[in-house]
Amino acid sequence: MKRAKIKSIPYEEFKDNETYEKLVEELNAGGANVIVKKLDDLIDWGRSNSLWPLTFATSCCGIEFMAVCAARYDIARFGFEVTRNSPRQADVILVCGTITTKMAPVLRCLYDQMADPKYVVAIGGCSISGGPFNKSYHVLNGVDKIIPVDVYVPGCPPRPESFLYGMMQLQRIVKVENFFGTTNRKEKDPYKVEAEIKEEHIYNQEEQA
Amino acid sequence: MSEDLNKTAQSQQAASATPAAKPAAPAAAKPAAARPATPAAPAKPAVNEMKPKQVEAAKLHDELKRLHDQEGMDFLLSLTGVDREDDGLAVVYQLENTTTLKQAILECVVTDRENPLVPSAADLWNIACTYEREVYDFYGIKFTGHPDMRRLFMREDWVGYPFRKDDETEKNNPLRMTNEPLSDTTTEYVLTEDGKVEAVEHAIFQEDDYVINIGPQHPSTHGVLHFRVALEGERIRKIDPVLGYIHRGVEKISEKMTYPQTLALTDRLDYLGAMQNRHALCMCIEQAMGVEVSDRVQVIRTIMDELQRIDSHILFFSCLCQDLGATTAFLYGFRDREKILDIFEETCGGRLILNYNTIGGVMADIHPNFVKRVKEFIPYMRKNIQEYHDIFTGNVIFQNRSKGVGVLSKEQVISFGCTGGTGRASGWHNDLRKLRPYAAYDRVQFNEVTRTEGDSFARYMIRLDEILESLHIIEQLIDNIPEGNFREKMKPIIKLPVGQFYSEVEGSRGRFGVYIESKGDKSPYRLHYRSTGLPLVAVMDTACKDNMIADLITIGGTVDYVVPDIDR
Repeated sequence: MKRAKIKSIPYEEFKDNETYEKLVEELNAGGANVIVKKLDDLIDWGRSNSLWPLTFATSCCGIEFMAVCAARYDIARFGFEVTRNSPRQADVILVCGTITTKMAPVLRCLYDQMADPKYVVAIGGCSISGGPFNKSYHVLNGVDKIIPVDVYVPGCPPRPESFLYGMMQLQRIVKVENFFGTTNRKEKDPYKVEAEIKEEHIYNQEEQA
Repeated sequence: MSEDLNKTAQSQQAASATPAAKPAAPAAAKPAAARPATPAAPAKPAVNEMKPKQVEAAKLHDELKRLHDQEGMDFLLSLTGVDREDDGLAVVYQLENTTTLKQAILECVVTDRENPLVPSAADLWNIACTYEREVYDFYGIKFTGHPDMRRLFMREDWVGYPFRKDDETEKNNPLRMTNEPLSDTTTEYVLTEDGKVEAVEHAIFQEDDYVINIGPQHPSTHGVLHFRVALEGERIRKIDPVLGYIHRGVEKISEKMTYPQTLALTDRLDYLGAMQNRHALCMCIEQAMGVEVSDRVQVIRTIMDELQRIDSHILFFSCLCQDLGATTAFLYGFRDREKILDIFEETCGGRLILNYNTIGGVMADIHPNFVKRVKEFIPYMRKNIQEYHDIFTGNVIFQNRSKGVGVLSKEQVISFGCTGGTGRASGWHNDLRKLRPYAAYDRVQFNEVTRTEGDSFARYMIRLDEILESLHIIEQLIDNIPEGNFREKMKPIIKLPVGQFYSEVEGSRGRFGVYIESKGDKSPYRLHYRSTGLPLVAVMDTACKDNMIADLITIGGTVDYVVPDIDR
């Protein structure tokens, strides 16, 4: 079994390694060519150490994210400092704060605009489950209802340390993914989907005729 | 007579309890004067109880106009909608005269739930325009003569009015993942002479307007705020803010919570004024119940409020610099902010969401290191303010982009109700700590920082100068924290007497008020927060008109709004 090594934390000190190992098995179920796998490792090493987050902050957790970016906690130590303002340039979307039902389509749109491979980190109680606003009429109870989430970071807001821990968990996931050949895609290949839709369209037209 | 004597004796006692406190605080300025009584039934009416004057809808506009023109009520403090179920829908107006500080409270009740009509006050106060849209959004009250009767927070295809007690909000409004509809027209309801209502359509943007969208996902709008901006070349012709992307319905969910539970949500409104927000709600509940907190609590609350203010202003500085491209200054600001967060963390256990104030006092006594740490922090911060000026204030690019940009006159800020630093930058003396001292502000010396230019630069300088004033306040109090209880013993179930109560504090960016309407239950019947940020966003159109599109960011940054506080 492949084990991702993170520089600052030994493997055993991560919590809940069982879930992680299950995920690794799932991601590498098909196996891969030796050469491709070696190339994958190299690429993943690079990718995991330069994850570019999208600056997406709706409320309090965003301020803590700023603190993580600033001098004391210094997110640059892990290669996350290149925050992007455009989803097209970002690898990971950090959902910092409450997502309301009015914001939900916007978030979905941002996620759709990001290029694959892409990741989602749900930060704070609000984005995990609605948090203290769980019973509100205007709050989405968890962003995983609309986009797939890779890592959850609980807290209200989480301490900067847990931010970094969550990001390292994400690094571990990135490190075991396949990149070439059997890519671990989150979504269907858009070209394939488009082709399918076109085919169906033509089929329908023919049937009508 | 005996009561007065009692009061003086109390204040003397309080004065002697603080060893080197300020010379003889005037007894009349003491905030909570109610004597300790059983919480459920105070011996005399609570100091913050409101006695609104009832006005019929037909006479409301004349009465408001009279108050505005003749009695000089030029500041609409707050406008609150209430659903009284069988008794109809109510609108509460709180007015203030900014020179004499006289206040007037009016209430207008309409019984027609299907088609409630109230005359608009948008022609008297600019801010009424926004407040009335909020009430329309929540309660469906139509304001006749309002030029722009649209929803403020909800989507345009939202069904029903969420704050009505009988509204089936969840049933009618499933999660909509379609793109939000945004119309280019708006409706005005005009009352014709024979008592009928006609809907007149107005255009928000003309056919040939060049409109661009800024937000809701934009790094410089300080949260999820959406501006629709009409441009003439690079000059801004009109701004239409679209709000509600972080509307969580805090006021509505509070109606189902007990009073101690509602406290938790205040910290999350304006998270840079967590202490002050919670202070306001605690103070409102305490005053309504007739509970007097100890002197120790008052002083601790004051110190904490001021630390929070410094924290907020440092963040203001950092973000403004970041928005203008000065990343180094951002890092300098956050370096100092961490020092305050350390102090908070030791005593409160939290960095940002502090949950420190509670009904009857504070959650825990101050940490043994607190005094030492704060004393270390004061000279440290004084030194670093100079550094801020060196690295950023003198920068010629910043000076050119802020001096004379986004000018607001004193009349404009009062009409828009822009309190806090934004109002003071235009020469409006609106500091509640001076006007109506609460907590321990009556025993400290400090200056109310004001300027007259009203431009972006003035708003920026106000905040940096206020940091120094806050340090000065803390300095006077930190050695004189009186002994006493850090929390009064409260009953396990807290109930407020029947009535309407309003208390406010000077938050980090303006006057933050709490309106509670109670039916005597353990949860509020209606809880309304006077948002400090809503007027600040409403004024953006006026402030930005005819300025460059690039300066929108500077103006928005210096006006200093926090979006979760606007949307609530």
